[in-house]
Amino acid sequence: MNFSNLLTSLVDGLLIGVVYGIAAMGLNLIWGVMRVINLAHGVIIALGMFGVYLFFSTLGLNPYLALLLVAVLGLLLGVLIYFIVIARVINAPYLSTLLATFSINMIILGLGTAAFTTTPRDSGFSLGNVDLGPLTLQGTRLVAALVTILVTGALYYFLYRTRPGKYIRAVANNRAAAELMGIPSDRILALSFGIGTMLAAIAGGLIATFFSFTILSGDIYQQKSFVIGVLGGLGNPLGALLGGLILGVLEGILPLAMPNTWVPVIEFLLFIIILLVKPSGLLGGRQ
Amino acid sequence: MKRTLSVFFTLLVFASLLLTACGSPASEPPAAPAPTEAPTKSEEPAAPAATDAPAPAAPEVQTAVIGFTASLTGKLNVESTRQNNGFNLWMKQVNDTGGIKLADGSLVKFESKFYDDESNKDRVQELYTKLVTEDDANFLISPYSSGLADASAVIAEQYGKVMITTGAASDGTYKKGYTLVYQAYTPASRYLTGALDALANADPNAKNIAIIHENDKFSTDVAVALEAYATGKGYTIAMNEGYDTGTTDFAPIINKIPAGVDAIMGGGHFADGQQFAKSLFEKGVAAKYIALLVAPPEPTFVEIGDAAYGIVGPSQWEPLAAFTPTYGITGADFVAAYKAVYNEEPSYHAAGGYVAGLILQKAIEDAGSLETEKVKAALDAIDMTTFFGGIKFDTSAEAHGLQIGHEMVFVQWQKDSAGALIKQVVWPLGGKTADLVYPK
Repeated sequence: MNFSNLLTSLVDGLLIGVVYGIAAMGLNLIWGVMRVINLAHGVIIALGMFGVYLFFSTLGLNPYLALLLVAVLGLLLGVLIYFIVIARVINAPYLSTLLATFSINMIILGLGTAAFTTTPRDSGFSLGNVDLGPLTLQGTRLVAALVTILVTGALYYFLYRTRPGKYIRAVANNRAAAELMGIPSDRILALSFGIGTMLAAIAGGLIATFFSFTILSGDIYQQKSFVIGVLGGLGNPLGALLGGLILGVLEGILPLAMPNTWVPVIEFLLFIIILLVKPSGLLGGRQ
Repeated sequence: MKRTLSVFFTLLVFASLLLTACGSPASEPPAAPAPTEAPTKSEEPAAPAATDAPAPAAPEVQTAVIGFTASLTGKLNVESTRQNNGFNLWMKQVNDTGGIKLADGSLVKFESKFYDDESNKDRVQELYTKLVTEDDANFLISPYSSGLADASAVIAEQYGKVMITTGAASDGTYKKGYTLVYQAYTPASRYLTGALDALANADPNAKNIAIIHENDKFSTDVAVALEAYATGKGYTIAMNEGYDTGTTDFAPIINKIPAGVDAIMGGGHFADGQQFAKSLFEKGVAAKYIALLVAPPEPTFVEIGDAAYGIVGPSQWEPLAAFTPTYGITGADFVAAYKAVYNEEPSYHAAGGYVAGLILQKAIEDAGSLETEKVKAALDAIDMTTFFGGIKFDTSAEAHGLQIGHEMVFVQWQKDSAGALIKQVVWPLGGKTADLVYPK
């Protein structure tokens, strides 16, 4: 293992880690605000992939412009899912919300498989490479990292500096008290779920600019999102970004010292250790 | 309103489950299926025109039944249907030209009996038993895929019927002591050895290889066989590592590739192979030669654009391959006939179906009989070149019926004069349409 290899692997890990972070952020936000484990998270990531792919390949729209449309559609889809399904079970035990989101996952998977089949797609989009000394960085991954940082900043500005954002935090802290203060909790929860799915769709759209995918591809990111959520702190969006970065760096560097197939073993071992030692995660759970 | 929405939601869940169920094999076997009618039926020769002279006695025409199962439903539907199409085309052509003449002067025409196996291994043995015991099949063709073919082979052997396997590359089936099962495809253990031969031909000084493969059985078997072959030829294996099925981020494993590697070989299936090739390109890996399993021959591989350039991949058959057959029709004639009937370009699955019939035809002609023992002896002696490539079987007790004459065809994505990416056959030299671009 030489320094150049280590540096390259570290940077590759960080670049993929921020994308893992944004993928986990939506799951974390939804859990933090409404205590719902969204098992449709992965398939919405896959829909984000198809959204960018279809806008780019059929309409010739720039993928990053398409990402804006996909984000808006993701928000609307989330609000729709909330009012049709989640609102009916949000006060029911966890198992009900788990089954409800699992059903949404199955519906979208079934329809998506019928519409798109499971043949892999590739956008064929490239921004070339950037050479920085010993490093060769892919343009699409650099832009994905920048977009993630921008989205994270915007999310924090929204949550801490705007009235709807403060409402979301208030509902997350104490829904009954927020309602007593005149906050329309139902609409705020719908907005929160919408933002969560929007973040998932954005993550999918970014991934589609550099990886091939199928309608089933969101599953792996959903699994990683759970690990990241536990690592960074379930319910804390910034924790998701930190967890994503840690996971990305582990995936980048560990293969230099051991067979690649051992990496998931280490990741899930870490998942169990964090659950045992610090169940609230590194940043202490929802804030 | 709430009730209506609940009903609507429930219906959506059912619709989704139905759609999911349509893509997977049924677990409940249906009751005694009726044999599916072959899409093409043999036609009786036209009656000769009446003349005053006494007509010579018409040769006796007998019908040989070929039994098989096809995956008309389930996950193997597409490949199996194409294999079925290829086989039916062969049968139609033989019957249309009057059949095969036997040693006693009689003619043999063919009739197929087949059932839908639902892409389900559990159904295969039951249906092949039925084909032999109730439908009196004279010969058997395997279903598509190594798993289903392996399940069917034991029935052929048990009931003493000759079986030609096609769409099945696994070596294991032929190492179980069977004596009546013959493989049309190149076995998995030789999937990438030809790629190494092509490299040796292009650059005898290239000696440093990295093998990076998917961690499933098929790809690992190929990699193990490749490593043994390469080591035997004096190559150095600089790296041999697997990656998990479903891997999308290849950067960590690419960062491990040692400097100075001449060739990278391996891969697995389509999705990972395509992504691996793309990542190698994006990371600017300087290997002179890259050969990957399964993905490169697929037309949609080109979606990755310039990353596809120079990538080599094995295929059982390619329409482009310019073999000169010593038996049967040419590749061009097969493509034209197939397109005329099915209105699509034939895949190697279709060619595999056709060649299974062709092998049987050659064996029956050489044997001059439909008797199993005579046909088996003829199959053991076959050594021919067809439009599909060479056909010869291992006759040793250890691997009887294993295909040893057929070589994989290796395609490489190259650029035409207009700069567009096109597939060319670069190996074996006997079937090449262009020289290997080396270094890529």
